[in-house]
Amino acid sequence: MDANEFIKNFAAQFDDTDASEFTLETRFRELDEWSSLNALAILNMISKKYSVVLKPEEMKPTNTVQELFDLVQSKLN
Amino acid sequence: MKAYIKAISYFLPEKVVTNDDLVKEFPEWTVDKIAGKVGVSERHIVSENETAADMATQAAKKLFTEHGIDRSTIDFVLLCTQSPDYYLPTSACLIQNKLGLSTSCGALDFNLGCSGFVYGLSLAKGLIAGGIAKNVLLITAETYSKHIHPKDKGNRTIFGDASAATLVSTDGFASIENFSLGTDGRGAENLIVRKGGLRQPISLNDTVLDESGNLTSSDYLFMNGGEIFNFTAEAVPVLVQETLKKNGLMQNEINLFVFHQANKYMMNYLRKLIDIEPERFYFYLENVGNTVSSTIPIALYEAQQEGKLVGNILLAGFGVGYSWGATVLKMINN
Repeated sequence: MDANEFIKNFAAQFDDTDASEFTLETRFRELDEWSSLNALAILNMISKKYSVVLKPEEMKPTNTVQELFDLVQSKLN
Repeated sequence: MKAYIKAISYFLPEKVVTNDDLVKEFPEWTVDKIAGKVGVSERHIVSENETAADMATQAAKKLFTEHGIDRSTIDFVLLCTQSPDYYLPTSACLIQNKLGLSTSCGALDFNLGCSGFVYGLSLAKGLIAGGIAKNVLLITAETYSKHIHPKDKGNRTIFGDASAATLVSTDGFASIENFSLGTDGRGAENLIVRKGGLRQPISLNDTVLDESGNLTSSDYLFMNGGEIFNFTAEAVPVLVQETLKKNGLMQNEINLFVFHQANKYMMNYLRKLIDIEPERFYFYLENVGNTVSSTIPIALYEAQQEGKLVGNILLAGFGVGYSWGATVLKMINN
């Protein structure tokens, strides 16, 4: 699983924040446009691109892109 | 016999709930942010004694006056609603009487939500193609405000009440082309009002307000946002491709896509998934909200006012059921 690819896919779920602003350290819940709708889009992206089905509750404890990346990674292993 | 849309009008109840009104009720909540995200600034809500059938009657009256339609020519009434006045009789019969329509007119209700307008067009087209009717009054009317718990801030932000009346006839401004329809009842429990039908006639008094302020109750509208999101993301791109195929059209031959106005974020998400340019994708929900089965006819009315109904228009409705449907309208004289 490629981190840069994951960041790109993650960033595509946001309308107002520029894709270049996203890194593994990004605390996405603190972004102006963050809402539960982005979370749904992200979960859908993860299921499509990585075939990992996460429940919204599983995503809840994650705050950075890295943490979510690790969570998806752990489900793949 | 081909079927056409001849005229559309819509009715909104008088009472308006603005985002400021919601902020006052839920000061702890980020109403503006959420409302911006879903793209709704205000929604119209019926008064306590006003029903979907009342709105439907108003919408039809508006259709007759706005377009100079002789009501004696109406020979069929189709009412799409999930908020009927009674179990029985059918609200469409009440409306026939209230409007003073001919007693030789057929009338029936059908229970669908966000896919309802497209299904209504398919039924109306069938009635006309079968030589059963010549002027079908298709009305969509919904009062989700009566199904939503007052503390359910999310759904209160999104949904508005409205009714739209459409005349489907043997001539008109847009011919109704081929349909693609679908159903998956496995999704029934993800968008549901459990109480009030015969499966669960009385309240189970199971209202729960969790620590994040989210409310669940089998007495009121329940929407599993995540599941609905996934369903929509799966079903709608396929629906659009199927509809193009059935109409022998390429995606670039569609001049305007008019989707069910679910919420702005979801619609944009679908637009990007299907790869539709923003200028060919129509939004009209800021001042009305998600009005369920009336979103598409309201959007068509407004798009027509803006001169945006040209060439081929693809309509797609999807939601509660799960139920989905799409068709193409071909504009005449453009």
